[in-house]
Amino acid sequence: MLKERSIIPGFGLTLGYTLLYLSLIVLIPLSTLFIKSATLGFKDFWTVISAPRVVSAYKLSFGASFFAASINVIFGFIVAWVLVRYQFPFKKLMDAFVDIPFALPTAVAGISLTAIYSPSGWIGKYLNFIGIKSAYSPLGIVIALTFISLPFVVRTLQPVIQELDKEMEEAAASLGASRWQIFIRVLFPVCIPATLTGFILSFARALGEYGSIVFISGNMPFKTEIVPLLIVTKLEQYDYAGATAVAAVMLLVSFCLLFTTNCLQWWSRKVQGMR
Amino acid sequence: MVEPESTGDAMIPKTRIFLIGVATLFLVVFIFMPLVCVFSSAFQKGIAYYGRALWEPHARAAIHLTLLTTLLVVPLNLVFGLAASWAIAKFEFKGKNFLTTLIDLPFSVSPVISGMVFVLLFGAQGFFGPFLMERGIKIIFAFPGIVLATIFVTFPLIARELIPLMQSQGKEEEEAALTLGANGFLTFLRITLPNIRWGLLYGVILCSARSMGEFGAVSVVSGHIRGVTNTIPLHVEILYNEYNLTAAFAVASLLVLVALLTLLVKSVMEMKTSREIHENPLLKEGGP
Repeated sequence: MLKERSIIPGFGLTLGYTLLYLSLIVLIPLSTLFIKSATLGFKDFWTVISAPRVVSAYKLSFGASFFAASINVIFGFIVAWVLVRYQFPFKKLMDAFVDIPFALPTAVAGISLTAIYSPSGWIGKYLNFIGIKSAYSPLGIVIALTFISLPFVVRTLQPVIQELDKEMEEAAASLGASRWQIFIRVLFPVCIPATLTGFILSFARALGEYGSIVFISGNMPFKTEIVPLLIVTKLEQYDYAGATAVAAVMLLVSFCLLFTTNCLQWWSRKVQGMR
Repeated sequence: MVEPESTGDAMIPKTRIFLIGVATLFLVVFIFMPLVCVFSSAFQKGIAYYGRALWEPHARAAIHLTLLTTLLVVPLNLVFGLAASWAIAKFEFKGKNFLTTLIDLPFSVSPVISGMVFVLLFGAQGFFGPFLMERGIKIIFAFPGIVLATIFVTFPLIARELIPLMQSQGKEEEEAALTLGANGFLTFLRITLPNIRWGLLYGVILCSARSMGEFGAVSVVSGHIRGVTNTIPLHVEILYNEYNLTAAFAVASLLVLVALLTLLVKSVMEMKTSREIHENPLLKEGGP
């Protein structure tokens, strides 16, 4: 298995332990989900996942995650750009705080965002005044998902913007390109793979989110019920077969997204290498 | 036209101020405001109430359970993280990229599904359910289930910090030590460990913070038995659902403090490593 001999010891031991622990904690438990859903049979499986309540949860989960990831692409790009390119007060602090959604438990984010966007909350009361319902509506779900998936676009773009070639910009400028032209024609194309990676990472993270949504969504079937919540509901009713079928679809989607990000990262390295 | 001295860095001040303004507003609304809201709600009824909310027996039981879980989870994932990063960073072998992807797998699984797979394995209707029931062993809706779900969710954290760090440092120093006659363990202790200490510390702190804060996976396996299988985030949920908002935010503020601590350690780590790379020309060349 080793490609070259090495005087460093411990290969067998560390790799063996890594594989054992990985199998016990991750691979075997995850495979039970597929084994269990295989015992369902295709017809039962299809009946579960095509039920109207399940379909509406899928639609909401995918739609809200898509919106949240899109918001994060737009604002995440600006945040990453500003943090890399400009100097201004409190920049270090802002940079550090981008990681908050990684470190803050989702339940805490959930109750805090619900308090802010509820009809009497700091922002919710103004939205309420102009007739927009934020907490306990799909908008609330988008807000919470935007929060929890916020760091991905910023953190995937930062190193790419950092590495942007100054010389190419200068060359474009000396050839008479305007700043906007430089950005669109020279700088942005290099950022496309990383932006897409950030989008998919955000989207995947949002798709699985549960902790913050239970508080802010109101959890009404057909209206504000997302897929993870539906899975929990089915589990609580001891409908293990139903929960498994719904979860298996989500897991397959997650794996496809993971595969896509791996391909994108490869593309990103290629695009950056081309410069 | 662009002035000769200006590159993309020197955008027209108006655009620059606009972009900085948008970024700041976005982060203030989405990040600062929720943090401020937690503390302002937690202290709404004064410091004495805050103290009582944390000292009340159910809260203490939740804190105790959470710390115990973290104490079990972090060392297990730490040993794994060290083993995985040693194997991946110091050796070339087939299927390395695939292994790295597999290690990241728990990140792309919904926390709800992470908890659910253990219910399918060890729950009453699960694969090992009847076997465990006969012997009177309880895993789901009990402490072992909480630990398992937490291990799963925080599984990649330490490994993910250490692998790129060890890869960027190469293996020349270890090879030199081994050639000079040190044994493997001593080499690890004296050469590798000091080199990765900041990344290791950050990994451990991040893993602890996530263990304490995990909600979705633990919620599925815990059974929500008050005072017995309630971790801190689950206790927050119960208080919140009972409309005891001030107490919920008081308990939640503990987790916010842990989150802020991880950010602090990360900032210190980044400062230290950039200084080390600056001082050490060897690292500078091979560095990230």
